[in-house]
Amino acid sequence: MNYDLIVIGGGPAGYVGAIRAAQLGKKVACIEKERAGGTCLNWGCIPTKSLLRNAELYQLMAGRAAEFGMKFDNLSFDWSKIIKRSRDVSDKNAGGIEFLFKKNKIDYIRGEADIDKPGSVKVRLADGKEETHTAEKILVATGCLPRPMPGLPFNGKTVISSKEAMILPERPESMVIIGAGAIGMEFGYFYNAFGTKVTIVEMLPNLLPVEDTEVSQTVEKAYKKQGITALTNTKVAKAEATDKGVRITVEGAKSETIEADVALVAIGVQPLLPTGSLKFELTERGYLKTNERYETSIPGVYAAGDIIGPPWLAHVASYEAIQAVEGMFTEAKPKKVTTFPGCTYCQPQVASVGLTERAAKEKGLKYKIGKFPFMASGKARAIGEIEGFVKILIGEPNGEILGAHIVGPEATELIAELGLAITLEATYEEIEATIHAHPTLSEAVHEATGAAFGHAIHI
Amino acid sequence: MSIPIEMPKLSDTMTQGTLVRWCKQVGDKIEAGDVIAEVETDKATMEMEAFDDGTLGAIYVEAGQPASVGQKIALLLEEGESLEDAAAAGGAGGPSKSKSGAKATEGAAAPAASGGAPAPAPAPVVNAQGGRIKASPLARKIAASRGIDLSRIAGTGPGGRIGKEDVLSSQPTATLQAVAGALSPITAAPAMPAGPGDQRIPLSGMRRVIADRLLLSKTTLPHFYLNLEIDSEPLARRRAEINASAEATGTGKVTVNDFVLKASVAALVKVPKVNAAFAGDAIIEYSAVNLAVAVAVDDGLVTPVIRNAQKKSLREISEAVKDLAGRARNKKLKPEEYQNGTFTVSNLGAYGIESFSAIINPPQAAILSVGTIVKKPVVNAAGEIVAGQRMSIGLSCDHRVVDGAIGAEFLKELRNLLENPTLLLF
Repeated sequence: MNYDLIVIGGGPAGYVGAIRAAQLGKKVACIEKERAGGTCLNWGCIPTKSLLRNAELYQLMAGRAAEFGMKFDNLSFDWSKIIKRSRDVSDKNAGGIEFLFKKNKIDYIRGEADIDKPGSVKVRLADGKEETHTAEKILVATGCLPRPMPGLPFNGKTVISSKEAMILPERPESMVIIGAGAIGMEFGYFYNAFGTKVTIVEMLPNLLPVEDTEVSQTVEKAYKKQGITALTNTKVAKAEATDKGVRITVEGAKSETIEADVALVAIGVQPLLPTGSLKFELTERGYLKTNERYETSIPGVYAAGDIIGPPWLAHVASYEAIQAVEGMFTEAKPKKVTTFPGCTYCQPQVASVGLTERAAKEKGLKYKIGKFPFMASGKARAIGEIEGFVKILIGEPNGEILGAHIVGPEATELIAELGLAITLEATYEEIEATIHAHPTLSEAVHEATGAAFGHAIHI
Repeated sequence: MSIPIEMPKLSDTMTQGTLVRWCKQVGDKIEAGDVIAEVETDKATMEMEAFDDGTLGAIYVEAGQPASVGQKIALLLEEGESLEDAAAAGGAGGPSKSKSGAKATEGAAAPAASGGAPAPAPAPVVNAQGGRIKASPLARKIAASRGIDLSRIAGTGPGGRIGKEDVLSSQPTATLQAVAGALSPITAAPAMPAGPGDQRIPLSGMRRVIADRLLLSKTTLPHFYLNLEIDSEPLARRRAEINASAEATGTGKVTVNDFVLKASVAALVKVPKVNAAFAGDAIIEYSAVNLAVAVAVDDGLVTPVIRNAQKKSLREISEAVKDLAGRARNKKLKPEEYQNGTFTVSNLGAYGIESFSAIINPPQAAILSVGTIVKKPVVNAAGEIVAGQRMSIGLSCDHRVVDGAIGAEFLKELRNLLENPTLLLF
């Protein structure tokens, strides 16, 4: 078949790019080797949010029932059903994407794609047959896979990646998590909530090292309170899988050897480059190199999503794919990602957009800080979630929003307002001039903005 | 019974109008025939008169905002009626009636009704062609703090929205803002009220821009002026020759001004320090000459810009200015065609003006004032008094950017080119 666009990969870059092209009236095929939805929907964002919901509920009931005037005798959980709920959520969503493909008349082809020359894709179908399709444009959206730890290869049982971590048949008694990024932190919260003894090892000085330092410190305190051991500034010196589990020697403030049932390696991802004889130019870190139109070194072959490098985020991938496709088929000039929100769904939740205070200092920017603790929010008190704060960096002298950092209840939902503010180039005055409903957690955003100028009412 | 005032349809093609200014404020007594507001359409700025007597009860569309034809823009209350009464009667909040409480008269010929000066309305943001300016709050703040006129910036955001980058990449005019506040009392100095037979001509968007910018320029830029007279005889002769051959070959004629423009461009290339702008903490010397040419239009002037004029021949400049001036008079210029000029030429020779000193068009650093060609007795090289042709040219300079010697060097270069016009043909 001949198409206007063949998309390789059905994740948040691939399926979104395919649908956008179809909306533009193009004939599109999307080739996926496993299941539409990509890491996000099958082995990432969505199923983990399902697991975390279980953890939040269980933690609340097991740990805070008395505070809410409730009593549970013999409270327990069914591990296999927790996992099953997560898989069901994922299955339903994947079905949703296949429906969207049909609705948009996109040919969904299950198989592995090779690009041997520009404009042509060979597909090894699930049933072993091969077919070749041609297209004016090709969008590579093959994504990434978990990166293994040197000297500690994945074995699927005792040394696992995030993928196995969300379907472990039994809850381990103890777990070492290597890497305190979003993935490590979310699984740390999840397993700890269900009683696993969790140790998180991070090389850098803080948990969630990309976040604002104050936010990281708040999460560190909260994790400690929840019973999680967090070893920051700590390197893995030696690691081995044993008969019973793993033995990991770390070097930090003190050196020690930790034994655990399972090691979750969450040190990042590695690109899953397209196969075939066509050779692409790569970035220093091994990702597909693209120009400002998302075109790779091969004319007519574009790429978007995790495969073109960090940040490895579903919402960034989708944005890039839409930009790439609109650049291919419309007059629009594709935009590159500049500002994007980052969210971690541990408890307390963490969300941010724009610059951290560290980055603002490094850039030598002049700024004011507006901060408001949830402890002073009526709504936060009412729902019993007073941990955390909203912190906003306001540029001087013009008052633009340089960055926003939220740690606390529904942080991941609250961040959208500040992303919009940055996109629209709103200044603190527009946020202050906007009436925020009472009582809501969003009032904390309003108050934090005012706090920078001494206008906050409730602190 | 209250009467809603709607945006009138003032031309066949009009779908919406911009409320340039409210001439009456809420609470003002209104008599039929009073001008209550100015409306800018796609074609012109017009005055809106009231049809009925009453009191202006409410304004729904603020100055500077657009409104669709038929959209309710204000409410006229009857004698003794309050806004609450009107609301209770369904007047204020109810559906708008077909009868409109106002009509519009074109132009500014309608006599002003009352002697009382209207309260100053918030200055609308209009670009030279009218309409609301779409700009981000941050862009507005930066523009205000740097004295940059948003109406002269082409936005690159959705729907032409002006963002921070658009403002930062435009030519900065630092320091203008510092005095902007202090100027308000001057602009607000009360004029003698219009009496019977006088005309009160409300400001159009364009007049307002002219007023603001030139006041700022003349009061805040350190102007100084250089003048010299050139022997325009060779120029007149060369032009006559060219036009004689143009007539024969059917190509367009060139004007004296075309020569002046071409010579200015060539002189700017030679003395680039004049093709510059003051940027607060730096002076920007532009590599391209974007030559602005002052063109008189109804109710004001615009300065269309010949972009990259240094790459254009005399003939190309002649054609470009003819095209731009024609479209300027018909209000058909696109924003990018009157933005980002780097130097302006103003020529009043056609009106017989011998010499003058123009006001600098900020953020440019200088403007050339060109007078008419005058026949007068001159002393020739042999020391004899003979009949000669002379043209006076003047340069107004922003001393922050252009010092006397630099300005003089530019004029010397310009004189050399104009007195040897053959140089301009290559």
